[in-house]
Amino acid sequence: MSMSRRGFLGSLAAGAGALSAGAADATTTEHFEGYPGRYGLLHDTTLCVGCRSCEVACAEVNALPKPPQPIGDLDVFDEVRRTSATAFTVVNQYRDGDGVEPPVYRKLQCMHCNEPCCATVCLVHAFTKTPEGPILYDPEVCIGCRYCIMACPYYALAYEYDNPIDPRVMRCTMCYPRIKEGLNPGCADACPAGAITFGRREDLIEVARDRIRKFPDRYINHVFGEYEFGGTSWLMLAGIPFRELDLHEGVTHESLPAIGTSYLSVVPLIVTIYPGLLAGFYAFTKRKDKLAKAELEAALAEARARGEEEMKAKLSQAAERATKDKERAVQTAVTKALAEKAEGGQS
Amino acid sequence: MSGAASDSGHNGIFTPFNLIAGVILLGGAIILSIRFTTGLAATTNLSNTNPWGLWIGFDVMAGVALAAGGFVISSAVFLFGMKEYQPVVRPALLTGFLGYSLVVIGLLADLGRPWRLPYPFIKQAGPTSPLFEVSLCVALYLTVLFIETTPAIFEWLGLKWWRRLVGQLTVVLTIFGLMLSTMHQSTLGAMFMVTPTKLHPLWYSSQIPVQFFISAIAAGISMIIIEGWVSHRAFHHQVQITDDEFRDINYGLAKGGAVVLATYLAVKLVALSIENEWRLLGTGWGAWYLVELIGCVVVPCILFAVAHRERRLGLARVAAALTVIGVVLNRFNVSFIAFNYQVPHEMRYTPAWTEVWVTVSLITLGVVVFRWFASRMPIMYDHPDYPALH
Repeated sequence: MSMSRRGFLGSLAAGAGALSAGAADATTTEHFEGYPGRYGLLHDTTLCVGCRSCEVACAEVNALPKPPQPIGDLDVFDEVRRTSATAFTVVNQYRDGDGVEPPVYRKLQCMHCNEPCCATVCLVHAFTKTPEGPILYDPEVCIGCRYCIMACPYYALAYEYDNPIDPRVMRCTMCYPRIKEGLNPGCADACPAGAITFGRREDLIEVARDRIRKFPDRYINHVFGEYEFGGTSWLMLAGIPFRELDLHEGVTHESLPAIGTSYLSVVPLIVTIYPGLLAGFYAFTKRKDKLAKAELEAALAEARARGEEEMKAKLSQAAERATKDKERAVQTAVTKALAEKAEGGQS
Repeated sequence: MSGAASDSGHNGIFTPFNLIAGVILLGGAIILSIRFTTGLAATTNLSNTNPWGLWIGFDVMAGVALAAGGFVISSAVFLFGMKEYQPVVRPALLTGFLGYSLVVIGLLADLGRPWRLPYPFIKQAGPTSPLFEVSLCVALYLTVLFIETTPAIFEWLGLKWWRRLVGQLTVVLTIFGLMLSTMHQSTLGAMFMVTPTKLHPLWYSSQIPVQFFISAIAAGISMIIIEGWVSHRAFHHQVQITDDEFRDINYGLAKGGAVVLATYLAVKLVALSIENEWRLLGTGWGAWYLVELIGCVVVPCILFAVAHRERRLGLARVAAALTVIGVVLNRFNVSFIAFNYQVPHEMRYTPAWTEVWVTVSLITLGVVVFRWFASRMPIMYDHPDYPALH
């Protein structure tokens, strides 16, 4: 996937546009609601029985190794599992302290955010949000910085840490190839409990709301993923607060890119203002030095002039004194001579 | 003076310093060869929960801050007319250049596909990423630092025409360096603004870019004091300034350190107030936060002020060391200690000994290369042929 110079400059320009997008939002009333008719999935945790059929199906359709713990192995729930480079989805069990209530299962995978932070923070733009909803990843440009994994609020991305040659970021693709063929994602087809529903995201929100309306005792009144950090393609229903399912409940509806990259709007200001500002500081310093030097020289010249004047005055005084001394000496000598003469005349 | 310059480090190859450094570097090379043949998993404790560890936390995040002395002191001398600090400009710029080079080496070790490092600029750009801006700035600033280091090289090689040329670029390079440093030092902090649920609220802040920038200035000033402490002794025969002049420079730096740390403290307190996180100070994380804020910001700030007032060099050095520890601790907290503070204990990250070894190797490499430069080139002293040029 080579890129022409024009393409590169174009993408830089596009990037500059994206950088100022925050400012544009502030000055216009336009708002992008997301691609219309995009797909999503609804996981109803009140229907999920924790059978992990989705894990097996996911491994199959993505040509990943079979989950090491077979279906029915309940020991797997002893620890909290995360997705990995070989498991794009995992189901975890959540029990309350007393163990009175039946356990709740939550399926974890890439949530396919409406405004994906992984895509925003990628410095080679390896992630793309497709109009169909899934986020795609291009390993051909990935440099392996793993900022996307840092940025993901759902801990849904994984990396091939044991691959020294061409490690990739590994994650659920929402079965994009299958969606393109008109098929359901693997996990949705495999779920025997009907806990996973695939469809248009806007329809799924209606389905979820409908269930909450019909069974208000069964559900808490919250569709997780509708608004959290700008919303996700995967939506969730639950009978207990999502906080207890290890999810950040009650977070802002603003997207993470909107919160997290606003600072970048300062960068063009630094680039444009600093050179002039700093050259100004330099000029002030120079000017101060110059003025100080000029003042010093003026003071020196004045001192020199004053010194010369004083010297002249002193010289003339000395000359005067010398003349006076001379006159006095002459006078004394004359007086003396006259006196001597007078004395001689008397004798 | 220049005759004595080539004496140090030439008492045979097998000096204790060289032996220890050699063992450390050899170990680092072996670990890195394992890393590049079997992947990151074999030599690091990185995981899908903790994709960044010591190599990013220290080699990149702390490394960039500790190498800030170059832009701080060159701006002070060349832009703001503080000419009395001229004697420390060259060591600071060399430290900066080597520091940034080590950052890049550390980054290459950490990247999954390091040979693709230039991809953001030649293959496909992701300009919405704070990291894109950081990479662009670091690449440009490394070039600036290299050019700023060349006067010493040209003087050493006797290339007068080239020396005069880079001399004429000084002000432009300094402005460019300060601009690039402002951008990437702050954006390194901004990189964590996308993780409000993962980074502990005491460290997460909308003002983290400003905090990173100001603390980097404090780290830069402190590193100049520490670097002077070590090299003033090691290269004492080269140093031209009197001990009194050297002390005065340190007292001035201590004053600067006190002011910058006080500013940093104010910025941190304002962030606590804006986000109203005061109640969190009573928690365990709050205690850890106060260790960083009081032990490594308030205390060195006071020590710097006292060191300046009472002209106590030892105190200035203690303050500088505390400041450096504090900035490193802050970068550690942000990138892996207070990061993922909510995940179960068994998923937390602690560096593997191999990660620590590689980081120590990088620091050692920096010291060895600095010695190599400083014992040959006019770093600690003015070259007799170019007395007034820089």
